[in-house]
Amino acid sequence: MGSPTPSSARHEDGAVDRRRFLTVLVAAPTLTLALSAETAAPADASSSVPQPADIMDAGDALILAGTPTAHLMLVLEVAENGEVRVELPRAEVGQGITTAVAMLVAEELDVPLGKVRVRLADARPELLLSQLTGGSNSVRALYDPVRKAAAAARARLVAAAGELWDVPAGRLVTRGGAVVAPDGRRAAYGSLTTRAAKLPLSRLTAKPKPESEHKLVGTPTSRVDARAMVTGQLRYALDIDVPGAKPAMVRRPPTINGTVRLVKNETAVRAMPGVIALTVIPTGVAVVGETFGQVMDAVEALDVTWNAGTADSLSDAGIRKRLRAAVLPPVVPPLTGHIEAEFDFAFVSHAPLETNCAVADVRKGRAEIWAGLKSPILARQEIAAALGLPERQVTVHVTQSGGSFGRKLFADAAVEAARISKAVGRPVKLMWSRIDDMRHGRARPASHHKIRATYTRGKVLTYEHRVAAVETDFRHGVGEMLTAVATRLPVAGNMSFAQAVFHLSVKVPYRFGVVTELLKEVPLKMHTASWRSVWSANTRGADEIIVDELAAKMRKDPVEFRREFLKTARQRAVLDKVAKEGNWGRDMPAGFAQGVGFHDEYKSCTACLVEIDARNPKKPRVVKAVIAADVGRPINPRGLEAQLLGGLTDAISTTLRAGLHIDRGLPLEGSYSQFHYARQKDSPTDVQIFIMPANGEPGGAGELGVPAAVGAIANAYARATGTRPRSFPINFDVDFTPFPR
Amino acid sequence: MPRYTFSVNGRTVTVDAPADLPLLWVLRDRLGVTGPKYGCGIDVCKACTSHLDGKAINPCVVPVSEAQGREVTTIEGLADGDKLHPVQEAWLEQDVAQCGYCQPGQIMAAVALLRQTRNPTDAQIDAIENVCRCGTYFRIREAIKSAAAKM
Ligand code: FES
Ligand code: FES
Repeated sequence: MGSPTPSSARHEDGAVDRRRFLTVLVAAPTLTLALSAETAAPADASSSVPQPADIMDAGDALILAGTPTAHLMLVLEVAENGEVRVELPRAEVGQGITTAVAMLVAEELDVPLGKVRVRLADARPELLLSQLTGGSNSVRALYDPVRKAAAAARARLVAAAGELWDVPAGRLVTRGGAVVAPDGRRAAYGSLTTRAAKLPLSRLTAKPKPESEHKLVGTPTSRVDARAMVTGQLRYALDIDVPGAKPAMVRRPPTINGTVRLVKNETAVRAMPGVIALTVIPTGVAVVGETFGQVMDAVEALDVTWNAGTADSLSDAGIRKRLRAAVLPPVVPPLTGHIEAEFDFAFVSHAPLETNCAVADVRKGRAEIWAGLKSPILARQEIAAALGLPERQVTVHVTQSGGSFGRKLFADAAVEAARISKAVGRPVKLMWSRIDDMRHGRARPASHHKIRATYTRGKVLTYEHRVAAVETDFRHGVGEMLTAVATRLPVAGNMSFAQAVFHLSVKVPYRFGVVTELLKEVPLKMHTASWRSVWSANTRGADEIIVDELAAKMRKDPVEFRREFLKTARQRAVLDKVAKEGNWGRDMPAGFAQGVGFHDEYKSCTACLVEIDARNPKKPRVVKAVIAADVGRPINPRGLEAQLLGGLTDAISTTLRAGLHIDRGLPLEGSYSQFHYARQKDSPTDVQIFIMPANGEPGGAGELGVPAAVGAIANAYARATGTRPRSFPINFDVDFTPFPR
Repeated sequence: MPRYTFSVNGRTVTVDAPADLPLLWVLRDRLGVTGPKYGCGIDVCKACTSHLDGKAINPCVVPVSEAQGREVTTIEGLADGDKLHPVQEAWLEQDVAQCGYCQPGQIMAAVALLRQTRNPTDAQIDAIENVCRCGTYFRIREAIKSAAAKM
């Protein structure tokens, strides 16, 4: 499928008019549209920034930043065989965006879902800020453009049939991938594409269907890629057959960001079986060979002396001390009833099951890269810079990712693979070992929290939450996207970029009087990245724990207390739903308890109720979870439930057992036997998820599930054990022998 | 270099490979069988789970020499042509997969379990150690139960 560029965007009469159909590529016999009709949002991102910070969130900001190019976002083709192909400028990392988009297209065009093929677009620099997967914004940003593009295609096909039969378009309907006339005549879309592509534009009006007519959108639908997944046919980056591409791995330093001083046994390693090439790159020593098994052996055999890294003297205790020193003090004097607490959260690896990886084919004067990338335009820039090539010589293909959780916002592996390919003069498949992925990959930064709330006579007067966190690396494009928008926010003072994002993504959903939540970052030279829900898992998780403790102080039931202080009926409805379905307050045997949490972000809200078995406080298990979510307008409730299930599992893991210990400049954990992400034995045998009926526009949902579940699990644990958890994960012993450095 | 002959998904293959080369890399790098995934290489994550003579193995730690003369089945060989295995069907019915990366291993582990016991208990399902970083465990459990009911 050829990607059109803005320069080809013109009417058939030659006039460029962005308010109407931008591009119709007449590539008959295929009808191709690269447009959205009448994009509603203004091109000037600055004009519509709402004033109060809490009516705008980070997802809004990303959408707004992407608005100037949103109309270019989609390439949609109707092919002669009746297939509808969509090229999507987003990454599929497991969140099901390809299914959601296919559903929107199928709905609008009246074609069976199976006829819609969604492909991930290569990096398209003309999209500027519209090709980034993050901030739970994909459905929110794509909902209108996708429907409009599909509606435009449908209008053309109907008009083409009308012309063919000489029947007014208004009397024709579409059904099952065909235009149908009142007398029963039927023309399959495939037969109309040539004619449809040639139509003069002025004759067309295209409006998406009213939502009340949606038949597919909003109904539980299985993933369009599920069959490929269960048969092993889905191709991830390293499964792609790039001719001549050979396995490559890197021997990495004993501390983060260490560099190679000397390779002592280069000749011996080059002579090992299956070794093809060896090269020193900025991040270590790369070995290329015939099979990964042989490359692993060679990497292992390397004897290297290293220069120091950038965090060699840092261990957990020291990092915690710096965070505690950095956290800003609360300012409201605790004169009335009050509650004060401090929390610590450890580093957490993203640990996608597919380790960092990429395929690169760098030749003289050009480069081609395949990788799972959520910010491919920036990746392309970085790769070009690393190779010393003009950007236009670099092609970046976005592949299916084996998970991301924030990790694939960065192109670390793609850049590395490109450097190696250039150095060894042949295409390579770069794979990080699991140990390296945990130790030298990115992590959610550790954070420290100080909370003070004051109350009197049944009212919460003030709520202050101060966060100090190791700096989160935002140099992946979100920074560029948000800077313009965020700096206009009416928040006083000289906000750092991270503080701006913090304000765009974290808010207390309760009427707690004067509320302030502030972030202070501590820059340490470690590899960090936002992790599903960014600061919300920790910040809002801690909030929800304090909410329970406030309720106890004020002698109220945790659900009743939340009901009373939540701001909207929509919020109370999800809370009521879990309380009812989860049988809140039922008697539990000793060592078991229920816990509840609530969260509101990106125009969605959710409540989570769990039951925990903590008879052995060292080995607690969440045995049941009941979740309710209101996302405004669910596109695919089944996919949404999957996202909430994933968020729940993330919360179980990070609250109870999964984290990284930093020891003298390196995480100790190097495997899932050490980084205790939940397994089947840790996950509940009873999970019920309720999606509230549509009541507005789609909100964000990819990260929504984590914070409420963190609160619910911690609260259940506290109740079951009679403790007050303050440090997470709760059970965090070094219960393993670390791998050698 | 030693030569090994064995069957992969019903097809006989012969490879020249060092005896200790893990089967996973013979499958992926030499034979282009990419269904089994790498997630750790040390028998922890179970993403590579496949079958040797019908029993679950983790080819990241099984040397190719052990496959000599035996039958290797990977996720690609589970279905009968276009007809999916009941466990694969159950996976579709429950819409288990998210990123999908762990799912070939999960399915192969579930098939092996169901060969041992027709009606696995929750405790037996708990004993499946395969990591799913997307956290699909509950749907995996439901899918195993549903497949067991139908098989
Ligand atoms: S790759 Fe084989 S068990 Fe992890
Ligand atoms: S579906 Fe992504 S790791 Fe299991």
